[in-house]
Amino acid sequence: MGHPELAEKFVANTKRMHWHDKALWFVREKRDLAAHGIDEWEELRRVASEIKAHTINNLDTYLLEFEKNAKAKGIHVHWAKDANEHNQIVLKLLNEKGAKKLVKSKSMLTEECHLNPFLEENSIEVVDTDLGERIVQLRAETPSHIVLPAIHLKKEDVGTTFEEHLGTQKGNCDPTYLTREARKHLREKFLKADASLTGVNFAIAQTGGVVVCTNEGNADLGASLPKLHIASMGIEKIIPRLKDLSVFTRLLARSATGQPITSYTSHFHAPINGGEMHIIIVDNKRSNIIANEDFRQSLNCIRCGACINTCPVYRRSGGHSYGYTIPGPIGSTLGASKDLRSNKTLPFACTLCASCSNVCPIKINLHNQLYKHRQNVVKAGLLGFQKYTALKIATWVMKHPALMDFSGKMARKIVPKIPRSILYSKVNAWGRKRELPDFPKKSFKELYKERKK
Amino acid sequence: MKIGLFIPCFMNELYPDASMATLKILENLNLDVEYPMEQTCCGQAQANTGCASEAEVLAHRFLKIFKKYDYIVAPSGSCVSMVRENYAQFLEGLDGFEHLRTHTYELVEFLHDIIQPKTLHVELNEKVSIHNSCHAHRELNLASMSERNLPEFSKIKNILNLVDGIELVEPSRKDECCGFGGTFCVTEEALSAAMGLDKVNDHLSTGAKYITGVDMSCLMHMQGVIDREKLPIKTVHIAQILAGDL
Repeated sequence: MGHPELAEKFVANTKRMHWHDKALWFVREKRDLAAHGIDEWEELRRVASEIKAHTINNLDTYLLEFEKNAKAKGIHVHWAKDANEHNQIVLKLLNEKGAKKLVKSKSMLTEECHLNPFLEENSIEVVDTDLGERIVQLRAETPSHIVLPAIHLKKEDVGTTFEEHLGTQKGNCDPTYLTREARKHLREKFLKADASLTGVNFAIAQTGGVVVCTNEGNADLGASLPKLHIASMGIEKIIPRLKDLSVFTRLLARSATGQPITSYTSHFHAPINGGEMHIIIVDNKRSNIIANEDFRQSLNCIRCGACINTCPVYRRSGGHSYGYTIPGPIGSTLGASKDLRSNKTLPFACTLCASCSNVCPIKINLHNQLYKHRQNVVKAGLLGFQKYTALKIATWVMKHPALMDFSGKMARKIVPKIPRSILYSKVNAWGRKRELPDFPKKSFKELYKERKK
Repeated sequence: MKIGLFIPCFMNELYPDASMATLKILENLNLDVEYPMEQTCCGQAQANTGCASEAEVLAHRFLKIFKKYDYIVAPSGSCVSMVRENYAQFLEGLDGFEHLRTHTYELVEFLHDIIQPKTLHVELNEKVSIHNSCHAHRELNLASMSERNLPEFSKIKNILNLVDGIELVEPSRKDECCGFGGTFCVTEEALSAAMGLDKVNDHLSTGAKYITGVDMSCLMHMQGVIDREKLPIKTVHIAQILAGDL
């Protein structure tokens, strides 16, 4: 199923759709307050986008600099060209240490690589330790948002999930109670873990260290308890200097949730005492995106989710309607870049309202990218015969003013005479929930001509 | 100053009143306006659906027809944004394109930036809710965007404030999309209609009698919802208010 069909299902539950819309609009409003509270906000966005553009254009240099400096700090660095290589490296590292239990903090990259099912097939227990991620993991779902993975769920849904999996009190869906129970449950998992995996928000070329931003401290606990810490990052996570970090930390949490900064901004610059730290640097088709000027900017993304929160389509269709790891405008462009055929409806799951491009802290031209992807969908012959033919015919008519006038005249004559049952039949998608406009007797052109006489 | 009047294809066929109001406003300001008869469509629907070669044909036609005018004025933010923001892909470097791109104006911004009238001699003693349509808002920059941290302004409000007696309001989400979105309105029909209803309800909660804006397409979509749900509000194109036609 494509986005329109999945969105239709989501929209059908009007109450829930409005609840979802309001929950995310609330986050957008919090973001607005935070962003408008900083006089130099637009300057920060400009600087951030320039740092990212510079970094992506010199990525080879910075990646090698990062590798050199990380190694000098006793961190092992691995390179993975795709998801499979990444997963194999993780498995090998775990097997080498005989590790069977892995605690994992938020990492959209591991979602993209489908790491969890791969490790589970290889007899490794993976526990997502971000609360939202843990909730969706227990439900065997995928995150519906990159910052708020369980935003599609109500507290009642969480209550029943915890009842089933954690043995919480029946019918108790008090958020504080449920959070404390989750904390107890996760604490056990942390203490028994053999290894941890974290994502990476920023990798600093100059220092060879990585920075992870969370609100729950789960990455810190994971990285500090077991002796093995693996950090997975896409090649685009690099920033050149330590001082560049402040630009991004000022933008990230404000854009994501309206907080001035995440509760934890943790710097990992060496393995813990007696432990090992490994960083896996993953391409997984990112190089192809760098090579394409139309979509290159999508790699500047810092995964704040602001474009998702602001997207009127996302808010009313939910993250799962996209059918791709990352939903919303950024997910639609990344998904289309990665696999156009599977994600052919995503560039059209958008009204081109351009709110995303203007809310983005890195000024990524998201709506322009979706506009461009549409041309690639057509070029690849994936638009659909009906739509393409209709537009081809319309264009042909539009090349001939007299024919256009005639068609318009006929439509104005005939349409008002069509019985309602036929006019509003199934094929009229417009008319399912909307009335057609009244058809006037004369076009503007006709009136203009008459006036001139 | 010779002005070429660019009337979007669907407005020509379906909204002769709003189109005529546009002409009337310009003529009342003693401007020399002409409607070139051979014009049809700017190709926005094709372009927004990804049909680049079809859009290209229409872009070339448009350039040929309109490049001779000093200014090209249209009662539509999205069609103007097509010319200004998206034609470059097809017409960059061609004779007359740079002039076309920089001299094609949406009606309100043309009045606001170029003509700067002090009065329009019209009156409307009603409460009117402003619909900030996305392309006019975020591509043509007709008003400050809620996403950005920049000084607040609205060319639409400034021009509407020339109408005596008018009371202007905005919905609580003042620049959220109404869900028309060109072919989106049929390919994502369920979402489009849901967004439309939400937007109309937001306008309705202002207590306004009219919703007005610079894009008839958004207004047509919302009017479709209003008529189906029988809601006590009505859409009017901004030109009809500015021409004193209500």
